Amino acid sequence: MAKLEVNIGALKLKNPVMTASGTFGYGLEFQDFVELSEIGGIIVKGTTLKPREGNDYPRMAETPQGMLNCVGLQNKGVDYFCEHIYPQLLPTGGNYIVNVSGSSPEDYAECAARVDALDHIQAIELNISCPNVKDGGMAFGVTCAGASSVVKAVRQAYHKTLIVKLSPNVTDITEIARAVEAEGADSVSLINTLMGMAVDIEKRKKTLSIGTGGLSGPCVKPVALRMVHQVAKAVKIPVIGLGGISTAKDAIEFMMCGATAIEIGTANFLDPSVTIKVRDGINEWLDSHGVADVNDIIGAIQ
Amino acid sequence: MKKHILDLTVRSVERVHERYVLIKLTQSAALPPMNPGQFVEVRVDGSSSTFLRRPISIHFVDYQNNELWLLVACVGDGTRRLAELQAGDTLNCVLPLGNGFSLPAAVSEATSAASAAATASTCTGKWQKVLLTGGGVGVAPLLYLGKVLKDQGVEPTFLLGARSAKDLLMLSEFQKYGRVLVTTEDGTMGEKGFVTNHSVLQQESFDMIQVCGPTPMMKAVARYASEKNIACEVSLENLMACGLGACLCCVEKVKADADDSVATNVCVCKEGPVFNINRLLWQN
Repeated sequence: MAKLEVNIGALKLKNPVMTASGTFGYGLEFQDFVELSEIGGIIVKGTTLKPREGNDYPRMAETPQGMLNCVGLQNKGVDYFCEHIYPQLLPTGGNYIVNVSGSSPEDYAECAARVDALDHIQAIELNISCPNVKDGGMAFGVTCAGASSVVKAVRQAYHKTLIVKLSPNVTDITEIARAVEAEGADSVSLINTLMGMAVDIEKRKKTLSIGTGGLSGPCVKPVALRMVHQVAKAVKIPVIGLGGISTAKDAIEFMMCGATAIEIGTANFLDPSVTIKVRDGINEWLDSHGVADVNDIIGAIQ
Repeated sequence: MKKHILDLTVRSVERVHERYVLIKLTQSAALPPMNPGQFVEVRVDGSSSTFLRRPISIHFVDYQNNELWLLVACVGDGTRRLAELQAGDTLNCVLPLGNGFSLPAAVSEATSAASAAATASTCTGKWQKVLLTGGGVGVAPLLYLGKVLKDQGVEPTFLLGARSAKDLLMLSEFQKYGRVLVTTEDGTMGEKGFVTNHSVLQQESFDMIQVCGPTPMMKAVARYASEKNIACEVSLENLMACGLGACLCCVEKVKADADDSVATNVCVCKEGPVFNINRLLWQN
């Protein structure tokens, strides 16, 4: 049994496997399939200061080896989360991280401050990369100035581990990563979804209600891997890799490219027990290759 | 109701129509409890264009023979691939998912608080005459529903619609559990027209109508039920990814509370697929 613990700043994970926001609900939906306390970290659905209904149906289109979604941050707001959902999470023993989104730096900061008050949440993931909302979201994540403004505001309001989730829909992701590192981010996670589109040729219309959506699944993995490799070289803070991971081999590839931990997203839809399989697979690979500590493979590929 | 990921073994695949196959699945252990109207997310192997699981409604559970039956319409590459399964093949299934139809005896422990409240307000105990109506592959969940209703002492009336006589599926199976009435659009069997044109709706009165079929048909039946003040449940089939209430893709706008016209999005996979019509706004 190899050592699987990794650290993201002050945040301790019992293994490098986390769940990507928006793909695992609040974990409760998956309790019949996995023991939640055995997952390294559970990043819950994007949470905003005020409730959001999200975008109209249809919100999803299947693609070759992936899917597009334009959910648009549907959630009941941070106060509802704190009062009604957070108490349900405590008995599960899960290591929960809240994904925070907003439409202005002040919004983000206020939402983060309310999560800061929750004793058993040790980290937030700042979503400055949602491609499916008009007000905010990705708008902040595609310029250094925008990203910096949000992280600066949140850093003053939030005192625990601050992870910033980066958009791949930029010319040079390393610039954004450096900008948020400079404002005090403890870690960056990447990549959020790639902006895409689907059409219905019979109806001669766009398939999704808002026309475009975020692409996820195995089809984005090579892009994600390349960006994780670039960013891991560009910053000193730990990098969390995600984008199309569905097997232990995928996870190990990201870690060798410099990721300290990984998130599993769309693969949860195909196999609700995939997280534990990936954790077990990482352990088996380490054992069979005589590696005693998972930290020894991080950044192994120069 | 506990959900499972199971590798079920295909016992048989029968082509019951040019577009439909009946797949019977089994396993060595006893199948878990499932309610009528719940569904299964099946993994489609060997189709390069099929990425996500396919939600398929539970057609029938034969606990005596330890069989789960799925009636699958071959509409795309994924479902066509399912039709090519052979006896002995394995089908990976996540089940049972969602909330099914209301039943006279409250066996449906999975019913969410919200839908239970909506149901309780409209079908308070009166279960003497139940109409189960559907069309196309939508008839699938009605067979198991009819069986469970009959087991609970309520023999339902089935009203099944199709384009033509050859499109009516599994009639002899439905006849085991209740009276079967039929409409066809071309008049080749039963009464000519749509299910909402059938004379039984004028001649008899029902306490509950449970529907699964194409959306225009369900809307027409829902209008009829509203006018006659009959409790009515419909089974929606919005496009889904996870089937577990995690991805929030299959949303339907419903009333935020029973008296309210404020809309809120809920997951069809988790809060449905069966909804009381009083809850729906049906704007899509």
